[in-house]
Amino acid sequence: MSDRLPVKKTYKLFIGGAFPRSESGRTYEAEGQNVARASRKDARDAVKAARAAQPGWAAATAYNRGQVIYRLAEMVESRLEEFSLLCSGPDEVAAAIDRIVWYAGWADKLPQVLGGSNPVAGPYFNFTVPEPTGVVAVLAPEEPPLLGLVSRILPPLVGGNSVIAVASEARPLAAIELAEAIATSDVPGGVVNLLTGSAAELSPWLASHMDVNAIDLAGANGNTAELERAAAENVKRVVHGRADVQSPWEIAAFLEQKTVWHPMRL
Amino acid sequence: MAELETQQGGLAVPDGWTYAPAPESTDIVRIAERYGHYVGGEWLEASEIYETIAPRDESPLATIGQATKADVENAVAAARNAYADGWSSLPGSERAKYLFRIARILQERAREFAVLESLNGGKPIKESRDVDVPLAAAHFFYYAGWADKLEYAFPNRRPRPVGVAGQIIPWNFPLLMLAWKVAPALACGNTVVLKPAETTPLTALLFCDVLRQAELPPGVVNIVTGDGRTGAALVESEGVDKIAFTGSTEVGKAIQRQLAGSGKKLTLELGGKAANIVFDDCALDQAVEGIVNGIYFNQGHVCCAGSRLFVQESIYEPLVEKLKRRLTTLRVGDPLDKNTDVGAINSAMQLEKIKELVASGEEEGAEIYQPPCVLPEKGYWFAPTVFTNVAQSYRIAQEEIFGPVLSVLTFRTPDEAVEKANNTPYGLSAGVWTEKGSRILWMAQRLRAGVVWANTYNRFDPTSPFGGYKESGFGREGGRHGLEPYLRFDD
Repeated sequence: MSDRLPVKKTYKLFIGGAFPRSESGRTYEAEGQNVARASRKDARDAVKAARAAQPGWAAATAYNRGQVIYRLAEMVESRLEEFSLLCSGPDEVAAAIDRIVWYAGWADKLPQVLGGSNPVAGPYFNFTVPEPTGVVAVLAPEEPPLLGLVSRILPPLVGGNSVIAVASEARPLAAIELAEAIATSDVPGGVVNLLTGSAAELSPWLASHMDVNAIDLAGANGNTAELERAAAENVKRVVHGRADVQSPWEIAAFLEQKTVWHPMRL
Repeated sequence: MAELETQQGGLAVPDGWTYAPAPESTDIVRIAERYGHYVGGEWLEASEIYETIAPRDESPLATIGQATKADVENAVAAARNAYADGWSSLPGSERAKYLFRIARILQERAREFAVLESLNGGKPIKESRDVDVPLAAAHFFYYAGWADKLEYAFPNRRPRPVGVAGQIIPWNFPLLMLAWKVAPALACGNTVVLKPAETTPLTALLFCDVLRQAELPPGVVNIVTGDGRTGAALVESEGVDKIAFTGSTEVGKAIQRQLAGSGKKLTLELGGKAANIVFDDCALDQAVEGIVNGIYFNQGHVCCAGSRLFVQESIYEPLVEKLKRRLTTLRVGDPLDKNTDVGAINSAMQLEKIKELVASGEEEGAEIYQPPCVLPEKGYWFAPTVFTNVAQSYRIAQEEIFGPVLSVLTFRTPDEAVEKANNTPYGLSAGVWTEKGSRILWMAQRLRAGVVWANTYNRFDPTSPFGGYKESGFGREGGRHGLEPYLRFDD
């Protein structure tokens, strides 16, 4: 069997829980593979899928979202060797897995840490709860290819948002591997969508898209002015995310605070 | 209003009630002939000027400075000096005491502020006296207490002040918006350059005298007056680290664009087109009061006003009947009369905008109702207005009118109510009226709005975060959440 020819993988996009090629038919070569080069239309399709999937994901119980994300950690762990070959090595994969587990545990604690009840001066019960902002676009950092992506998509994800992420352009294979882990992890289709291709080409369409509520410019390498200007068209929340942090405040950047009043009387 | 008779579709209109005028005295207020800019604890002569008036009779009140770019830069430099020269390193407990002092002085001088607010802004004295001024004092008192407790507000983070905050506020709640902006900024150790709205500068300028009495170090709060050009100069200023803006969505977007790539912190409190949703199992009379408070409070000059009323079809007719009847008892007139429910429209420009949108409503086919009321000849006035037969596509159902104009629409099921309520680029506030608790929570969860009032409307409190979803802006003011825009974190 040693001379058996291996079956090679076709590297495709991840949109709405499926693995389509780019509708443009384009690919580019990265890490020795032909990788799909997503188009504006692909980005729009991803936003549509993300919008459709978001209410269901937000409506899932926090306990359920936590378990689904924990399941993602299990799926990545089971592919530890494959992931190790697609990033800086086993240490990065281990860090990424641990980060996913860390965020999984936040799902059912956010309202207690970030919200609360407010002692208004009157006969009203008043409370504030965090809610997802909606559809979030993420420009993943170029490096590290796996941990950077995981660090930026987990905060919006655990908060109940759906995500469209543009993978590291030079090292996209880890992202596609992650898409396969997501697809087998009970994360509903469309909640996470991954695009490969040119970040410079895709990011303006995501920044200006009227149905995207927030954009994380982690991977924009500081060239953010144009994207921020475009984001103002629908008052997007603009986040300058970092790859090297994990914190509930990273989650909070993709949350809205809703305050509810009700009178107390007989 | 004694001469009112039964008219307008046979509604019973009270005709035996007269109110003796109950004017609030203006003796307590002393307005200077001319104001400059308050920079570094001193009054600087303004090189360009304009006049501020009383919208109730268009009489001039004072000459106000129109701050130029140089004036703004002066103020920013004064704020920067004060920031570096002690304020940012002052122990929180000391900053707190200044803020407590300001709160107390505002309470002591409450009537003076209330009268001036109604004079310059046109809002009923009842509201400035019972809502605006007490809440402004409460805001300072609330944030005073945070100044030395910031590290408890954000677990595992190290909060630091941002620096110089540029703050631009609207004309609908002039002193209250000042308090919403200035109190958290100072509590967090920042210094401030504030620009009040062009038409309502007087309470902000009087506030400078409160700062003097509180012995606040010079330059910690600087106030420059003027129109949008002054605001733009403040947004552009290199020396400003953070911009806080409350105003229209259009200007908010322009500011967000202008600040793109600058790294400056930004919070925006923008427009709204709130849905006030009334179910057939509501307490009907309370709901009618809530609807009236929701849209006619402060002449509808409220970004969170309940301007789209969604009524469940089964109670549409009795509700509209009761609402129209209630409108006939609203007293429209002199803001300084203690009986007045609806005061003057803030400016000629705003009145034009309201008229234009109301005309569009009639043109598009909506049915207009206005109670019979005699409007004063001088000044800016608009009768409380209800539109029925409104389609969702009409401009009056989509655009923020910012006036006493209500659009009534209907729904059948809770799902339809949610769908219609959320069908707007705005997301500032919403109201729900039903006696069924589980439905309230179900609705509250699904409405895409930063504030949901259930069986009440237009309630505000310094402990309660306020701010929008979507194109109503980002960031929260009030509560623990209201500190975050004025802090940076070293972690």
